[in-house]
Amino acid sequence: MAIGKKPKLAVWKFSSCDGCQLSLLDCEDELLQLAASVEIAYFLEATRAQIRGPYDISLVEGSIATPEDVERICQVRRQSKKLITIGACATAGGIQALRNFKDVDQFIQAVYAHPHYIDTLATSTSIGNHVSVDFELRGCPIDKHQLLEVLSAFLNSRKPNVPRYSQCIECKQAGTVCVMVAQGIPCLGPVTQAGCGNLCPRCRRGCYGCFGPKETPNTASLSHWFEQLGMPPREIQHAYRSFNANAPEFRKESERYD
Amino acid sequence: MTAAPSSPTASAILDSAELDRLIAGLSGEGYQVIGPTIRDGAVVYEPLQTAAALPWGWADRQDGGSYRLVKSERNAAFDHVVGPQSWKRYLYPPVQRLWQAQRRGRGFLGVTRNPPTPHYAFFGVRSCELHAIQIQDRVFNNGAFADPGYLARRAAAFIVAVNCARPAGACFCASMNTGPRASEGFDLALTELLDSERHEFLVEVGSAKGAAILGCLSYRPAGDSDIKAAQTVWDAAANAMGRTMPAGVETLLKHNLEHPRWDEVGQRCLNCGNCTLVCPTCFCTTMEDVTDLTGRTAERWRKWDSCFTLDFSYIHGGSIRRDSRSRYRQWLTHKLANWHDQFGSSGCVGCGRCITWCPVGIDITEEARAIRDNGG
Repeated sequence: MAIGKKPKLAVWKFSSCDGCQLSLLDCEDELLQLAASVEIAYFLEATRAQIRGPYDISLVEGSIATPEDVERICQVRRQSKKLITIGACATAGGIQALRNFKDVDQFIQAVYAHPHYIDTLATSTSIGNHVSVDFELRGCPIDKHQLLEVLSAFLNSRKPNVPRYSQCIECKQAGTVCVMVAQGIPCLGPVTQAGCGNLCPRCRRGCYGCFGPKETPNTASLSHWFEQLGMPPREIQHAYRSFNANAPEFRKESERYD
Repeated sequence: MTAAPSSPTASAILDSAELDRLIAGLSGEGYQVIGPTIRDGAVVYEPLQTAAALPWGWADRQDGGSYRLVKSERNAAFDHVVGPQSWKRYLYPPVQRLWQAQRRGRGFLGVTRNPPTPHYAFFGVRSCELHAIQIQDRVFNNGAFADPGYLARRAAAFIVAVNCARPAGACFCASMNTGPRASEGFDLALTELLDSERHEFLVEVGSAKGAAILGCLSYRPAGDSDIKAAQTVWDAAANAMGRTMPAGVETLLKHNLEHPRWDEVGQRCLNCGNCTLVCPTCFCTTMEDVTDLTGRTAERWRKWDSCFTLDFSYIHGGSIRRDSRSRYRQWLTHKLANWHDQFGSSGCVGCGRCITWCPVGIDITEEARAIRDNGG
């Protein structure tokens, strides 16, 4: 980043619920430091004031789900020196990617009184499917500490400390007791990337896979174990078909149960 | 089994009600007492204020990928065996800031030192765990690369061992010569003597520190009948081992690096890292250097890591061990075979944690046996 001049930060929304952008506003204690470190140039959820590009860092939330999204993400990419996608929608297509497994026209006919007003793509896909991305930050929603870590890393030209290993490693570091081993609760932790602070296992719930597939996930072996725990095949399929349903490894595993 | 003195040099009998005074006595000496207590369906090691927090009347049922607490038929304090945590959590914390520095001009200054060394009293250390601590001692007290933080915490620690009255289903300490009876490395060792007529503890003294603490308690000298009762407990545990590690596993694995069983286990292994993190001897960590947003403060953090991650074997050009097969083989051959060359003993103490806490129940004794029985 240029010395003596604050880097310009932009936050963009595509097809999404806004929750990940909100994580930025949720930084609370660190928000003033963030505002002092960057010039918030475009962030409609926080301010109507807009500063023209190009931008040093763009945070992109949401998936590509409409023809307009396809054009707009290319414009955002052209204006951004570094483009960081945030959240399951931007990194995997989000919950709305459930449409990818069905015929979207049938949904539109069934749901809308005037289907001809609806202009949508047949699929919901990640930003990385359309433009080059400098870093993908996982989560539904993202974890604010990881967001600050990624921003700190980019502002200081270093590698972000965002491990791609399993949720289990985070649970064990924190001393959280394994819910699958100690209570027989099916948990996606062994195939899911760490980062949430083991929110669900801490509350005696299995991991829902919000942070998407870990590096080299062995979903087939875990599904086999779920079967042995008595989980019906349809529920196993549903476990993989949530916020990261279109992440390739989860998609492939859920399709084994079609 | 490790040679154990048939009659302890100094032993005493404590009433079960004295456990509270033992904990209070240790606290009074400035120790933070850490011991077994129940949380979230498992026995974990956490700060103990009183003996009431111990898992009285609970036992554990363990098997590959499964752990359940069950009500015991009797109100023993130590009928449980080992849980998901080990004492390395305290001697070698999972996440630790090594230093912090502030930017001054073109460089960094003002490195902050670590907080003062905690004085822990570990209450309820099993024989396998004593051996695990001694293995980590050899790992960290290694001359040029000694770990001062570990060594300071270790030197300050007080150890109250407990002899297992029963093994858990995943235990195989007898075949690793690491238990079930604690033979050395403790300040005090307890054996719970519980029947219809009494609920007492035989206390063996292992150090001057231990003798001093015992001196603050109400006890009576142990008689022959007490030692005999304790011997019954020790024998019962040794004779009921749930599992066995095949003899000669070190050579077996070294000679079978291309055995087809590695492919088979690689299909099942989730490479999630659980086995390494619950293992009381696994010691691998990664370093994370972090800055704040402004770049004025930098910190170095050390975190538990695992040889099952891709980053662990990442060198210029990529990771060396890309598939589960090679990562599992690396872990098992290091633990059971190459550890001998590196540290002079096996890296396994037979506690069975890696079996119980593997989400898909992979059993290292079974893997070793499968290699042996199929042309290995």
